[in-house]
Amino acid sequence: MDSEVKKRLLHEMLFARRFEERCYEAYVERKIGGFLHLYSGEEACAHGVLEAARVNHDYVMTSYRDHIHAIKCGVDPKVVMAELFAKVTGCCKGLGGSMHIFGVDHRFMGGYALVGGPFPLAAGIAKAIKMKGGDEISICFLGDAANNQGTFHESLNMAKVWELPVLYVCENNLYGIGTRIDRSTAVVDQYKRVSGYNIPSTQVDGQDIEVVYEAAQKAIEHVRSGKGPYFLELMTYRYRGHSMSDSNAYRPKEEERMWSKRDPIIILRDRLIEAGEMTLDDYKEMDTEILEQIEDEIIKFAEESPEPPLEMLEKYTLVENDPWVNGGSK
Amino acid sequence: MSEIMFWEAVRRAHDEEMSRDPMVICMGEDIGVAGGTYKATNGLYDKYGPERVIDTPISENGYTGLGIGASYLGVRPIIEIMSVNFAWLAMDQIFNTAAKVHYMSGGQLKAPVVVRSPGGTAHQLGAQHSARMEKVFMGIAGLRVVTPSNPRQAYGLLKSAIRCDDPVFINEHELMYNMKGEVADEEFFMPLVGSEVARSGKDITLFGYNISVHWCLQAADILAKQHGIDAEVVDLYALSPLDREGIKASVSKNHRALIAEEAEPAVGVGAEVMAIINEECFFELDAPPARVSAAHVPIPYNHTLEKAAIPTAQDIVKAALKMFGK
Ligand SMILES: Cc1ncc(C[n+]2csc(CCOP(=O)(O)OP(=O)(O)O)c2C)c(N)n1
Ligand SMILES: [Mg+2]
Repeated sequence: MDSEVKKRLLHEMLFARRFEERCYEAYVERKIGGFLHLYSGEEACAHGVLEAARVNHDYVMTSYRDHIHAIKCGVDPKVVMAELFAKVTGCCKGLGGSMHIFGVDHRFMGGYALVGGPFPLAAGIAKAIKMKGGDEISICFLGDAANNQGTFHESLNMAKVWELPVLYVCENNLYGIGTRIDRSTAVVDQYKRVSGYNIPSTQVDGQDIEVVYEAAQKAIEHVRSGKGPYFLELMTYRYRGHSMSDSNAYRPKEEERMWSKRDPIIILRDRLIEAGEMTLDDYKEMDTEILEQIEDEIIKFAEESPEPPLEMLEKYTLVENDPWVNGGSK
Repeated sequence: MSEIMFWEAVRRAHDEEMSRDPMVICMGEDIGVAGGTYKATNGLYDKYGPERVIDTPISENGYTGLGIGASYLGVRPIIEIMSVNFAWLAMDQIFNTAAKVHYMSGGQLKAPVVVRSPGGTAHQLGAQHSARMEKVFMGIAGLRVVTPSNPRQAYGLLKSAIRCDDPVFINEHELMYNMKGEVADEEFFMPLVGSEVARSGKDITLFGYNISVHWCLQAADILAKQHGIDAEVVDLYALSPLDREGIKASVSKNHRALIAEEAEPAVGVGAEVMAIINEECFFELDAPPARVSAAHVPIPYNHTLEKAAIPTAQDIVKAALKMFGK
């Protein structure tokens, strides 16, 4: 990975962190409602994998912890923030919210709130790709605890039986809300669970973006070349609570301290500084610019945008003016 | 015009749509090599191959979700769930994804899937194979629900459902696949909304859907021959949305209304039609509307008890006569 790419990725990850932390504040200010799940600490996962993918070409979906995946796919952070503010300028016109970011123009196929829901959906997208004969792949990010849903097993099985071009990325942050993985899951190493389906898999450090990138390249190459599904497990940690209503009290302080030393942004930053590619001042400048951009462009846009009009209440319940509802006549 | 069986009508709709559009696929348990539990996809595997006529594992939520995901990209899956009793396992994907994704994406995505599944009580299949689930599906916004009562409707509704961009649930009946009926030889489509007058009459309206249309028709015959009552039978083949205008028109004309349903009364089609009558034409009524429903029980295995749980034409006649003070 050349240093310009690394610097860009550092910028993207720092932007992601600041974006999420600003969401935290906006939530406290009650500008954002509902459930809010932040991605802080896990940035190298989405950025490393999607850097190796072809965004705007490959299809991507994930859970409710979805803002950053959408942005990395090319969805404008302004319209993501506007969606969080429930404004009509949001990517889903204010109808979706934090857990349901969609950016179909960028082939970001959505964030879904039901744990395990996206497993089969992503396999279905892969089925469609295969039918159409394209070289796109379907990428599905989900948490570790999602793997205890039936859909995990049902989807892995189908994906392998039909050799579908789907990459499952497990963001293993060791917890499903407050339950530590070893208390809920018989086999703690998630990549091992996949061997029962004859699907190749690896587990790598999810905090080092270069490691993630390299592993993702191999995984994507496998899937894109028509060899069927692949499962990539990334060991990571979230720095915030599960959602805003979670105090994080269940996590040992020592564990948190350990993982805070493995901050993906700091790891990459220090590597660039050590190599003489940037200085600490460059980094601070980058940070200041990002904070300004978030405030002056993104938050301002979200704040100033109007709410959806009441007429939108029923608008997307069913497809409008579909002639086949009337058997083909208008 | 040909007289064909219900399953043949379903099969014909599959075949025509699959030969027209390579994006139309069908999937389900035992639908391919085996030709389908009720033969609704018989022969299609040989004609279209395993990529388009997909024998799925027994993973209802999984393959339903897979079909929904494929539909995002323009594939038009017809998903057969062997029995509605197993559709419970796919509720997550049907309700949480198919019915909602168009809305929550602000119109960016559509999920044009068809889910077909037979329900109803057959012959002593026991509590876990006798569900009538239409009431569950029709309560969910974002989903269309239709339920054919004859081969013509089975064909015409499936044809439109495949082409419609909304997710459509088609509620079929285990006992009706061998029912015969006239179906036009030329291609045709039925609206996914509305209702049909299956028999016109002027004294009372009997509302039925799917199998209960046939009970209503039998009851109407008895009422005419033995009691001099001229009953109209309205076939509510569209359950969501229900045909408000059609219900209102018939009740306003006949001033008496009875709903026959195979399911338990609570939170059902009858309850919903009664609510519509209340809202639309309460002051047209000469008698309180009535419903004839199944007993509020899991369906028993015992033959006698099973029969007792499900309404008959005689029950409809009795309830209708009561509305005339007889
Ligand atoms: C079907 C379902 N059951 C339960 C929940 C409640 N819930 C939301 S997130 C979550 C934990 C998921 O953990 P994991 O998959 O590891 O993802 P993470 O949040 O750690 O990224 C639970 C139990 C839900 N949203 N959906
Ligand atoms: Mg987790």
